[in-house]
Amino acid sequence: MSSEKSVQATQLTRKFGDFIAVDQISFDIPKGEIFGLLGPNGAGKTTTIRMLCGILTPSSGAASILGFDVSKQTEEVKQRIGYMSQKFSLYNDLSVSENLNFYANLYGIPREKVKSRIAELIEIAGLQGHEKQLTRNLSGAWRQRLALACAIVHEPPMIFLDEPTAGVDPVSRREFWEMIYTMAGRGVSVLATTHYMDEAEFCNVIGMMYRSRLIALNDPDSLKDEMRGVLFEVDCHEPGRAEKILRDLPTVQDVVAHGVILRVLMTDKTKKVFLEKVLTENEIVIDRIERVLPTLEDVFVSLVDQENRLHVRAEID
Amino acid sequence: MRQSFRRMMTIVRKEWLHIIRDPRTLALVIVLPVMMLFLLGYAVANDVKDIPLAVADLSHTDTSRTLVDKLTVSEFFMYTHAAQSENEILAMMDAGIVKAGLYIPESFGRDVSTGGVGTIQFYIDGSNPTIAQTAQLAAETISQSMSQEILIKRLERSGTGMQLGLPVDVRMRYLYNPDMKRMNFMIPGLVAIILQVQTLLLTAFAIVREREQGTLEQLIVTPVRSWELMLGKILPFVVVAFVNVVMTVAVGAIWFGVDVVGSSALLAGLSLIFLLGSLGLGVLISNISKTQMQAMYLASFIMMPSFILAGLLFPRENMPWLAYYAGYFLPVTYFLEIVRGIILKGADFFTLWVWIWPMAVFSIVVFFASVLLFHKRL
Ligand SMILES: Nc1ncnc2c1ncn2[C@@H]1O[C@H](COP(=O)(O)OP(=O)(O)OP(=O)(O)O)[C@@H](O)[C@H]1O
Ligand SMILES: [Mg+2]
Repeated sequence: MSSEKSVQATQLTRKFGDFIAVDQISFDIPKGEIFGLLGPNGAGKTTTIRMLCGILTPSSGAASILGFDVSKQTEEVKQRIGYMSQKFSLYNDLSVSENLNFYANLYGIPREKVKSRIAELIEIAGLQGHEKQLTRNLSGAWRQRLALACAIVHEPPMIFLDEPTAGVDPVSRREFWEMIYTMAGRGVSVLATTHYMDEAEFCNVIGMMYRSRLIALNDPDSLKDEMRGVLFEVDCHEPGRAEKILRDLPTVQDVVAHGVILRVLMTDKTKKVFLEKVLTENEIVIDRIERVLPTLEDVFVSLVDQENRLHVRAEID
Repeated sequence: MRQSFRRMMTIVRKEWLHIIRDPRTLALVIVLPVMMLFLLGYAVANDVKDIPLAVADLSHTDTSRTLVDKLTVSEFFMYTHAAQSENEILAMMDAGIVKAGLYIPESFGRDVSTGGVGTIQFYIDGSNPTIAQTAQLAAETISQSMSQEILIKRLERSGTGMQLGLPVDVRMRYLYNPDMKRMNFMIPGLVAIILQVQTLLLTAFAIVREREQGTLEQLIVTPVRSWELMLGKILPFVVVAFVNVVMTVAVGAIWFGVDVVGSSALLAGLSLIFLLGSLGLGVLISNISKTQMQAMYLASFIMMPSFILAGLLFPRENMPWLAYYAGYFLPVTYFLEIVRGIILKGADFFTLWVWIWPMAVFSIVVFFASVLLFHKRL
């Protein structure tokens, strides 16, 4: 087994009774990379992370962190990972420095170094001057930064962040990702889940989860290139009626309304003139039709769409 | 090993901060015992004094008046209403104006003075068993002592000069509780109950809360071991429980005058053994509870029988046989005997051995089971 890989998951599966929450997932994370795990609610992201951190045991399949098996070498794994859970899980009635102190002692940071390490973390998290403040009274963004600081007290080479920026304002989200980038720059590997597509763009590799399975795995640009079909942005009068008409076309895969602008995903080789013709025939006034590059969100929507169609077909068969 | 100890003490320090910063825990720790003490002390203990009494004396003789005096000079009854008939007494009892009634028929004085048996009717409101029990005992005691006096007078009058031995002094029945003060019965019981409630509830809560709030998930990924976490969490509550025992005993002695006759050291030592079992139960409950609510229900399931079957409020001797024997399955039953033994009778280790060993066996088994079964998991 290569220890160059920070994470190696093979056919990782977890069942809760009859329900399969994670279905045969395989992926690697090389050292120093940022891996983004995307997917709708209930896709199985948290369950995957929990298995990798040794909180849940896999029903089948295997995973290793830096070459250590997650179900057999739990002590070795624990010393090397940092985990920030989806639900905020620091002690609200403890102050910023008390929380840090608690984890520093649990992780066995040498006593003489505890103080300097905490000072360092407070600086990384930008919490100077708030050491004595109770965690309960911190704003959302600061809490998340404190949670991250607590998770990296012992300088782990691998960190797992489960929706670290949920409910945080855009500016603070960017600051948070700066922190993640800084760490990755020092060789730390990161696995983060998120619902924000702009954050996904920051990742070196993206895994898309849907219905317990990994439906795509690649870097953001390749994912966009791979996307089947062509995307058009349509700005026209009567967008509601236009949406209905376009949806009924056999070559249209999906139509999404972004305010008054429609994003129309066509199957291969469709030309702009074709769309213009259809809309004009239906007496809709067109302001603008333009071919655009897909965003990760488009990629995701299209993949999910494809997946659902396969699913429906499988059920009919 | 040193790392283990350090992790455990880290948990202890954190738990300590929770205790002193959470007003609800503090309330449970400080207010609850004192409140229970005063509640039981005044609501239960004082009710048995000055039971309102209605008297219908149709006899109007010296003998009947003496009887009424004897009843009312005792602390137990207070002559609040005079009635003219049996029915009037019953009506007052129905209305709840009085809790006891005495009906002395017209023939009473004549019967007694002619050497016959004077019959009187005594009514007791049985809806509050504590009051009823006290009232009954008091009435029996007083009328018996009066019968003896009358008997002696008759003997003296008959001039035989023979000295008859008196029947057994009924007061002997309250050897360890001469004034029939319920507080003597209650304070030791409170010590036991406070220890049980606090350790069981607080430990269960302390662990389940981490599960509920998601902090346990964070602890699972740290190197802290299950037993370090568990001991670290319960140690502060041992201290808290001890402070409470001292507080309860002190208030009992200073305010209610119930002194500790026996050895305080023995009391502390045996309390510690009892604590182990109780803490263990708390941990076991936390193992199977997902929320604090569930833990609360499970804890009540253990605590309710403790209150009733172990003999905290009512003496076990008066219970139906099933309840009586069921009490033997509760460790608090043994502990109650021990605490009462030490506080009231000054009993020593050897006298109490019959109660100590079953309790110790239970505590040790439960404690080790809880250490072994406790796993830090979701
Ligand atoms: N302990 C459990 N017992 C039973 N089912 C569970 C358990 N944990 C998770 N699940 C189920 O497994 C599925 C995947 O859950 P998971 O939390 O991994 O999703 P997620 O991708 O993290 O979603 P979200 O974006 O909402 O956090 C969900 O349907 C959830 O209900
Ligand atoms: Mg999740």
